[in-house]
Amino acid sequence: MRAAVLVAVMAAVTILLRFLPFLLIRGETPPYIAYLGRVLPPAIIGMLVIYCLKDVQPGDPSQLLPALLGTAAVVGLQAWKRNSLLSILAGTLVYMVLVQAVF
Amino acid sequence: MDHQVVRQAFLKSVPVMAGYVVLGIGFGILLRAAGYGVLWSLAMSVCIYAGSMQYVGVDLLTGGASVLTTALTTFMVNARHLFYSISMIDRYKDAGRYKPYLIFALTDETYSLLSDGTVPSEQEAHRYRFFVSLFNQSYWVTGCVLGSLLGAVLPFSTKGIEFSMTALFIASFTEQWLTSHDHIPALTGLLCTLLSLVVFGAERFLIPAMLLITAVLTLLRGKSVQGTVLCTAGSESAQGTVLRAAGSESAQGTVLCAAGSESAQGTVLCATGGEEGQRTAESAQRTVPCVSHEREEES
Repeated sequence: MRAAVLVAVMAAVTILLRFLPFLLIRGETPPYIAYLGRVLPPAIIGMLVIYCLKDVQPGDPSQLLPALLGTAAVVGLQAWKRNSLLSILAGTLVYMVLVQAVF
Repeated sequence: MDHQVVRQAFLKSVPVMAGYVVLGIGFGILLRAAGYGVLWSLAMSVCIYAGSMQYVGVDLLTGGASVLTTALTTFMVNARHLFYSISMIDRYKDAGRYKPYLIFALTDETYSLLSDGTVPSEQEAHRYRFFVSLFNQSYWVTGCVLGSLLGAVLPFSTKGIEFSMTALFIASFTEQWLTSHDHIPALTGLLCTLLSLVVFGAERFLIPAMLLITAVLTLLRGKSVQGTVLCTAGSESAQGTVLRAAGSESAQGTVLCAAGSESAQGTVLCATGGEEGQRTAESAQRTVPCVSHEREEES
């Protein structure tokens, strides 16, 4: 039940965000909104990276090392090949092997 | 019914297919591992239809998030959709019966396919865009459902699969970093969130982080409105800007820092002398005289 409510909230907010400009904006986009449109997405991606890694205990090598190596694999592959799908798949694989077979 | 338009829309959507199916499968497996089966995967991919948000959503579902946290997180994670919509207002203006779905289905990938504005025929433009959007969502829903079904029968352990979400954001972050010259927003996001995590703890840092990010970015905007200060003050944003001047390809011999309405948004157009192009940020900062003027005046 609680899960259904949360899914409904996620759907409603997402839909609202997509429709709002069509309902509200007439003519020019306000400069502050345009500014946020430029700077917010990269900042939020940064926030989500930290969010994803929040439960990693830095003092515990069996958590820290897979996370570090997985991250390094994604960053390295992305910088090298610029193919997000490849980076995600390979990074996840590296992490899974590390947590299942090594640590 | 003109099948030609549908065919063209399908061909346009093909590049998105692999990405959506694979990421969808990852999501389905993750959601299954979190204890939510195929109907949940179907419902979320049909009703929410936002890739990264659905990944975060798995975490919110299992982590015991409140309605407020869920709403605010969705708002921040998907805020970029506001801007996709803003840029499509004119294009979707006369879309008629296709309009509600076109707006609903405006994801990152669909936006990237449709934002260039090319359509095979003007008369059929809206139907074409409708089918591109619909094909894209069908790939996503297929992937999500497939992942959920696969997750139930996979012969190997899926332990660690949750890293796919982390990898998704790290890949976006890296790509964003490589394509953008202005790293201040990205760093703001990282540092504000880290600070918030340290201060508020892993359970309740998300909302403070979002507020802090918005506040800091708003303050940085106020700063960069003052173009001359931006170039000489040696603030973090000034250094970022001058760094860009040093590496600028548009080096033309004259030294000019233009800061206008664009710079009100934090970007500053800078050019510096050809041979001087390699100067370090610091020396550029000391020696480059800066002129600040409105972009409108420039053009």
